[in-house]
Amino acid sequence: MTTENNITKADVAHVASLAKLKFNDNELEKFTGQIEDIIDMVNTLNEVDTDNVKPTFNVTDQFNRMREDVAVRSGDKEALLANAPDTENGFIRVPAILDESEEA
Amino acid sequence: MNFKTTIGLEVHIELKTNSKIFSPSPVEFGDQPNANTNVIDWGYPGVLPQTNKGVVEAGMMAAKALHANITKTQHFDRKNYFYPDNPKAYQVTQADTPIGTDGWIEIEVEGKKKKVGIAEMHIEEDAGKNTHNPNGYSYVDLNRQGTPLIEIVSKPDIESPDEAYAYLEALRQRIQFTGISDVKMEEGSMRVDVNISIRPIGSEQYGTKAELKNINSFNFVRKGLAFEEKRQQKILLAGGEVRPETRRYDEASGETILMRVKEGADDYRYFPEPDLPSITISDEWIKDVEAKMPEMPGKRRARYVNELGVTDYDAMVLTQTKEMSDFFEAAINYGADAKLTANYLMGDVNAYLNDQKMDLQDTKITPENLANMVKMISDETISSKIAKKVFKAITQGEEPTAWVKAKGLVQLSDPAVLTPIIVKTVDDNEQSVADFKNGKDRAVGFLVGQIMKQTKGQANPKVVNQILMKELNSR
Repeated sequence: MTTENNITKADVAHVASLAKLKFNDNELEKFTGQIEDIIDMVNTLNEVDTDNVKPTFNVTDQFNRMREDVAVRSGDKEALLANAPDTENGFIRVPAILDESEEA
Repeated sequence: MNFKTTIGLEVHIELKTNSKIFSPSPVEFGDQPNANTNVIDWGYPGVLPQTNKGVVEAGMMAAKALHANITKTQHFDRKNYFYPDNPKAYQVTQADTPIGTDGWIEIEVEGKKKKVGIAEMHIEEDAGKNTHNPNGYSYVDLNRQGTPLIEIVSKPDIESPDEAYAYLEALRQRIQFTGISDVKMEEGSMRVDVNISIRPIGSEQYGTKAELKNINSFNFVRKGLAFEEKRQQKILLAGGEVRPETRRYDEASGETILMRVKEGADDYRYFPEPDLPSITISDEWIKDVEAKMPEMPGKRRARYVNELGVTDYDAMVLTQTKEMSDFFEAAINYGADAKLTANYLMGDVNAYLNDQKMDLQDTKITPENLANMVKMISDETISSKIAKKVFKAITQGEEPTAWVKAKGLVQLSDPAVLTPIIVKTVDDNEQSVADFKNGKDRAVGFLVGQIMKQTKGQANPKVVNQILMKELNSR
């Protein structure tokens, strides 16, 4: 998809749909150009020789910062629900979901 | 045209830890909605998730139990998708560095043994739970959000629905023995997704696969796959093409039903999770975990045969579930005879469980009570006939030794008590004595019956026989 700054309107529409965004044709046109510029800029990094560089997964140099398996109940249920847009009987209430894929 | 079937299984197993994988919220079921959540579970900005060491260790145990290699350096990745039960809009999983790779388990179908490969297993977080309501709303409970899962992905080695069934049985058994999960499909702690494709024999290339989602028993997996095999064969034989589909199994009709056609591969835009430091696993840590691992079923089975004198078949049945195997060992530790205990577990106990449709741990039968009953049979305090009554009592939670005494069911084995009864019976039945002298063996049976009657069935038949024969021969 990112081959030599060839971003198409279809690519932008695809990314938009993954982000659950809807654009009209004018917007798609505009964003295609903008995203192409961004990709161009980022492509500068491809000029760096990384052949012998290990990929970075974390920037902290920390390893094994783990916690023991001890349960702590936050007691924040009411406060958390108060921040939800809509609730009912202790549940978060959301618009009905069409059965897409339930992930696990 | 003949076809070859290829089946892949993805099994999600919920880990039985105290706390969640990246937050300290409790992993508990049946609590008030959202009671077991905190800011991390809700995906608040700026929170600091931390990996639960217990989950990593459980993952290592799974890897060991499934003969997999443990990945020495691991990191987590984000899998991005939108759904209301996924508050961060990504799931933290291991896409690049699964905790275990290249494992296998052995399955047996119709006496034929086969190794099925396991491609990889990775630890990840579960999502919350949506309840759909016809009133136009859905309701979200985030208690399950962050519950640790391990996903186990098979290699394309499984070639029939029966092999898939055997794989699931073997996988559940091995995981159950590690103690890291309850592995119960009916409670959602084991979930199975399957994919299946067929291709003409001789063809190198796999066929297009169909996916079956959310099937809720091993048996439905087998039936769903058998239906799919036939459906795909029909399409190919008619010159058609199998589409990449997600289907579900309909229990009522025994058929699979189209949910949706897959257009292109899913695009989850995985990238490394920046909030969680990487994990390195030392040889020392692996040794530590190995030392903590409970004995696997195969080893237990061999030990029962070699050290306890149980038959191989009995040992196989006893090690099918950890509950049964642990129960057996606990009873033996109370001093009960191994063979006799095995007989009772496989006979009366199993019959009772089937009859009541219960699991062993949900009954009132305890290893100690069963052991005490078996010991009374071994030392002839009770006869095996009386034991039937005692067994009923222990299913009600009675302590058998006290119960037998209270009910006066102790077997009469004392010759001093039995001899006068026997002598009197013989005196009263001169005809039987005459019959015996004339070689009629039935006379002995009649006399034993009379003695049993007089002792309300409590006389020890062995002792009765000895004394009776001596008495008859002396006349």
